[in-house]
Amino acid sequence: MAKKKGVQKSEVRSQKSEVNFLPCSPASPASPSPHLPISPSPPPLSLLPTITVWAIALLVTATFAWIVGDIIWHGAGTISWEFLTTAPKNSGREGGIAPILVATGLILGVCLAVSLPLGIGTAILLAEFTPTDSWFGRLVRRSLDVLAGVPSIVFGLFGNVFFARTLGLGFSILSGGLTLACMVLPILIRSAEEGLRAVPNDYRLAAASLGLSRTTTLWQLLLPAAVPGLLVGLVLGIGRAMAETAALIFTSGYVDRMPQSLFDSGRALSIHIFDLSMNVSGGDTNAYGSALVLVVLLLLINGTAAQIADRWLHKF
Amino acid sequence: MSLKPQSADWLLLWTLRCLGAIAGAIVIAIVIFLVLEALPVLQQVGIGRFVTDPSWHPAEGFYNLMPMLWGTLLAMGGSVLIATPLGILSAIFCQYYAPKWLANLYRRLIELLAGIPSVVYGFWGLVVLVPLINRLHPPGTSLLAGIAILTIMILPTIALTADASFTKIPSSYLLGAASLGLSRWGTICGIVLPAAKSGLFTGVILETGRAIGETMAVLMVCGNVVQTPHSLFDPIRTLTANIALEMAYALGNHRSALFVSGLVLMGAIALLVVIAEAISQEEIYG
Repeated sequence: MAKKKGVQKSEVRSQKSEVNFLPCSPASPASPSPHLPISPSPPPLSLLPTITVWAIALLVTATFAWIVGDIIWHGAGTISWEFLTTAPKNSGREGGIAPILVATGLILGVCLAVSLPLGIGTAILLAEFTPTDSWFGRLVRRSLDVLAGVPSIVFGLFGNVFFARTLGLGFSILSGGLTLACMVLPILIRSAEEGLRAVPNDYRLAAASLGLSRTTTLWQLLLPAAVPGLLVGLVLGIGRAMAETAALIFTSGYVDRMPQSLFDSGRALSIHIFDLSMNVSGGDTNAYGSALVLVVLLLLINGTAAQIADRWLHKF
Repeated sequence: MSLKPQSADWLLLWTLRCLGAIAGAIVIAIVIFLVLEALPVLQQVGIGRFVTDPSWHPAEGFYNLMPMLWGTLLAMGGSVLIATPLGILSAIFCQYYAPKWLANLYRRLIELLAGIPSVVYGFWGLVVLVPLINRLHPPGTSLLAGIAILTIMILPTIALTADASFTKIPSSYLLGAASLGLSRWGTICGIVLPAAKSGLFTGVILETGRAIGETMAVLMVCGNVVQTPHSLFDPIRTLTANIALEMAYALGNHRSALFVSGLVLMGAIALLVVIAEAISQEEIYG
């Protein structure tokens, strides 16, 4: 669809009414070709969409560059080895983010320790052991669809009531991690399921014809072959969990001391940014530094996921 | 696979079924706990007063959620209205205008944009966007700032969904259009957009859900004054921001009322899922 066609445009257009039955017509039955004026359109008008589309692409790119550039520009000066390894002082205006990084890591650890077995188990169930039309499979799938859309603040409410109060875990890293585990499940399950479905059916048939049990087939063949899908799910899950703020405010809390155990409250990196910028006047410098750390970590994580997904798609 | 599992597999099968049941039950648990916590205020105060009360002063027993509901709806509506054309045109750029290397680069950029956490968007909005709007019309923290930030945040959702649904259009459609000598823009308006209609609707629904549920970013840039806004420059408070702000100290009926707004959010999301479901059904049978 390059410039060449422009030359023949008017000529072909005059025949348009006769050739309307060609394959493209069923695609647009509702709109009786409003895009085809009888008179040939003047060139400036046909340039307009092109200019608009390029301008929008440029606008989006510029916005992205503005946001990331601003954070790098202001944040880069703050980041040093000392910033990463010392505790915050003066409610975060000075000092570093060491306890916050540790708390973030612990929350992530709890989240993954719970969500990985649960998510991969469910994915195996949905992909390998449940016919697509069974009521149980459909029910689980539907409920995961809803779960994927639940606003993070509602997860926060639920985590506060269930983990912090009903189970008596209080404001702790454990409550926060468990809440995040519920939140990342849909992503994890979807990627793991896709990974399992991408394993060629020959594997299963060959294993069955050798008389292997389904358990052996799963452990020895299917899971190793589905590792890329599981990894993508894992990495995307980490990304989602690290970016989360709202679900953690009422579950893991605000305390910025170095956590001593999983029952201590711990402040995640995203909450640190929120607190510094909203509640601490003069906290912007360190907020920029923390934001840069978070953005770099997330860009790395999401980049890894994209890389794995790309390579894995080429393989099959 | 319809092979009958051997007896040795029953352990695995039931373990998996238990895990699946737990995963599926989380949504139900969320709804049950929200309802349980919201029940006291619903019984004592009744649903009607959430709409008819003169104001939102939970400490004095006034529970009008309408200003927050308007805040959520206006911020959502505005951002969806702006982000949808921008996102779809972005996807069109990727598929039909940009050279391949640029399209890949641009796609990667949008994916990165999708990965930036909401608190960072909120922070950027607070330190860059709000002062700019303040210069235009004080106080700066406003509905407009909320719409702008939400637009940037939900744009990747619609752009990536639209891009995926354009990829699924059979190439025979495009070849047919080319052989008819349709212009590039004519092909897009007459063939690509109608053919990708249901995918685009799904994208709009996904971005709407994201806009409704977003908390931190709007909390940081919207000013959080409980009022029904009369202009773009008025500060607003959304339902989600209200929960995040007041949950820390809310007790008794006040706390209950926050769970009611949580239920409202859940209801909105459930409605969106049902609509998305209906659209995909239509895609198959329509």
